[in-house]
Amino acid sequence: MTTVEETDAQAAKAEFLARLKEFEGLHCESGVLALDPVNGPMIRHWAEAMGDTNPVYTDAEFAKTTHFGEIVAPATMLQVWIMRGLHAGQPGGDSPVQRLYDLVVEAGFGSVVATNCEQEYMRPLRLGETVEYDQLIETVSEEKTTGLGTGHFITTLVNIFVRTGEGAEERELVGTHRFRILRYTPHKRKPKQEFKPRPRRVVNRDSKPFWDGVDEEKLLIQRCTECGTLRLPFGPGCNNCASLEWDTVEAGGLGTIYSHVTMHYPKFPAFDMPYAVALIELDEGVRTLSNIVGIPHDEVRIGMRVALEFVQHDADLKLPAFRPVDQEA
Amino acid sequence: MSLKHADSLKGKTAIAGIGATEFSKDSGRSELRLAAEAVKAALDDAGIAPSEVDGMVTFTMDNNPEISVARAAGIGDLTFFSRVHYGGGAACGTVAHAAMAVATGIADVVVCYRAFNERSGRRFGSGVLERTPTAEGVELGWNMPYGLLTPASWVAMFAQRYLYTYGATTEAFGHVAIADRAHAANNPNAYFYGKPITMEDHQNSRPIVEPMRLLDCCQETDGGQALVIVSAERAKDLKQKPAVINAAAQGAGRNQEQMSSFYRDDMTGLPEMQVVAKQLWQTSGLTPDDIQTAVLYDHFTPFVLMQLEEFGFCGRGEAPGFVADDNLLMGGKLPTNTHGGQLGEAYLHGMNGIAEAVRQIRGTSVNQVEDVHNVLVTAGTGVPTSGLVLGQA
Repeated sequence: MTTVEETDAQAAKAEFLARLKEFEGLHCESGVLALDPVNGPMIRHWAEAMGDTNPVYTDAEFAKTTHFGEIVAPATMLQVWIMRGLHAGQPGGDSPVQRLYDLVVEAGFGSVVATNCEQEYMRPLRLGETVEYDQLIETVSEEKTTGLGTGHFITTLVNIFVRTGEGAEERELVGTHRFRILRYTPHKRKPKQEFKPRPRRVVNRDSKPFWDGVDEEKLLIQRCTECGTLRLPFGPGCNNCASLEWDTVEAGGLGTIYSHVTMHYPKFPAFDMPYAVALIELDEGVRTLSNIVGIPHDEVRIGMRVALEFVQHDADLKLPAFRPVDQEA
Repeated sequence: MSLKHADSLKGKTAIAGIGATEFSKDSGRSELRLAAEAVKAALDDAGIAPSEVDGMVTFTMDNNPEISVARAAGIGDLTFFSRVHYGGGAACGTVAHAAMAVATGIADVVVCYRAFNERSGRRFGSGVLERTPTAEGVELGWNMPYGLLTPASWVAMFAQRYLYTYGATTEAFGHVAIADRAHAANNPNAYFYGKPITMEDHQNSRPIVEPMRLLDCCQETDGGQALVIVSAERAKDLKQKPAVINAAAQGAGRNQEQMSSFYRDDMTGLPEMQVVAKQLWQTSGLTPDDIQTAVLYDHFTPFVLMQLEEFGFCGRGEAPGFVADDNLLMGGKLPTNTHGGQLGEAYLHGMNGIAEAVRQIRGTSVNQVEDVHNVLVTAGTGVPTSGLVLGQA
């Protein structure tokens, strides 16, 4: 079933295509003369740039020994001779090709990409020959959708001639240059994956002293000033003696992996999946949760000796992490 | 309920009605509607009119207030309402609260319920990424920046230590999953009805949080489950055979955290379940040998092993051997989760397991164990929890 809107859209497309098709076969330019005659220096530069060492392009003596009998230009230089020069624009504003381009841009197909180029070579060009060319719009495609977007392929054909005859009134076709572009509307890009930071620390008056220590690259352990029991994570009171008085000691930074997991699912954009999270028993006898760095997640083992370091994950998040060390440490 | 002495709850109350919605992945209706449907079904099952209900208990995690459910289910004045905290650890606790209220005369008919759209709505497994700095938020906050964000991850930390300590392999977890799914295969109400699994299936299932795989994790379910608690005397005269509450207990352990009690001396057991077990044995006067079938909370398979040890069905570190001998299956020493558990039937935060225990007492389970006198039921593990011993009148 099609809706009225769909039918209208189809009709508008068909009408637009008919307008584009009117450009097929129109000549844009005729008898445009090349800026330079076929010449030795440009051939040499081109051959050097392309790494083409065939002496028939550059060595007159050698060329005489070939069936050409003289230096010829490499056939694939064809487009070189019809280039408009670095600062030249396109054909005039009212040329059919420019009107065609204006039409598709107005219709929303503002992007352009060259898709393919075909050339035919009727005969080699010789030194001193000056080519001239005609350009015409060969075909305009119906609306197509590619990996890039939706638009119309436009194929132009350039026929390249050399003047011959007594009064140079004849034109000999020496090559053709068929060039296809896609004028298109790009697909809507998926919004760039925005940076997903790790979950933040949860800070209140009980946990703040610990995180302040981390910011100074110290791993602090709480110590009950009444009974001396060490504790992590931070909390207001001692489970051993119920005292609310405490101070801190700085951890030496060595410990042993007590347990660990590897996170596979669900996928959290803030983390490089899969990743290891480990519970480390510090040499002081208390445990702390952290990440293991320096080894792949599947090499993390209970009993591994690890040492403390600090990782700045983003501007606002520094965290302790542990790295395996010499197992005797 | 005390660790020091038996309490006075034994035999005084009974579960007289059970009722549930269908268990699905997308209920298509509100959680409140699911709660109301489950409550009405449980009252119908008991043969009690909504107007007789004067007490209601649910989970703090439940989104349906007692008064909202009461309004929707035709329930009038309430003299008792209560909530139990700590996720699935609340399940048997709701019955414990109800039993205390009925035994003390504070209420006569108490309905316990739990209803959620846990699959189509908020999924517990999707991860905790943000918390406000309350005491609980700060507790979780010690885990979050490092990426330990899901219930599976909190349980896996214990599971890894358990395997290491006892030299066990993940096949021990597999035996738990296989038993659940074998039972679910016979249960038309189970999501995995007709779909048993093999050890190969278990071992080949994808990792979720190593050492746990997909088949170690319970389902996510939309649904509601309700239970009706009255005095044992009253229950005798009602429609159904009563499931007498011979013990009901809650438990939290020393240095307990909600799900990440990583800082205790040992991580191979469930001290809070030990607190529950001691009370249940003490008050019921029973021992593991007196239990014919159990419903052991199974959000994740590893904690089923630890529960077997905490209740004394086997010794410390012996659960991998106990399950490998097919003891959780029909005909084993302790047919467990005969409804299929939360892996096989549905994840109703443990409330569907209590309903199965009632069916075992009534003799109406799809996997009926012979000569059932006493059934053990447990609630959420790794959290402060609860348990029940149900028996024949």
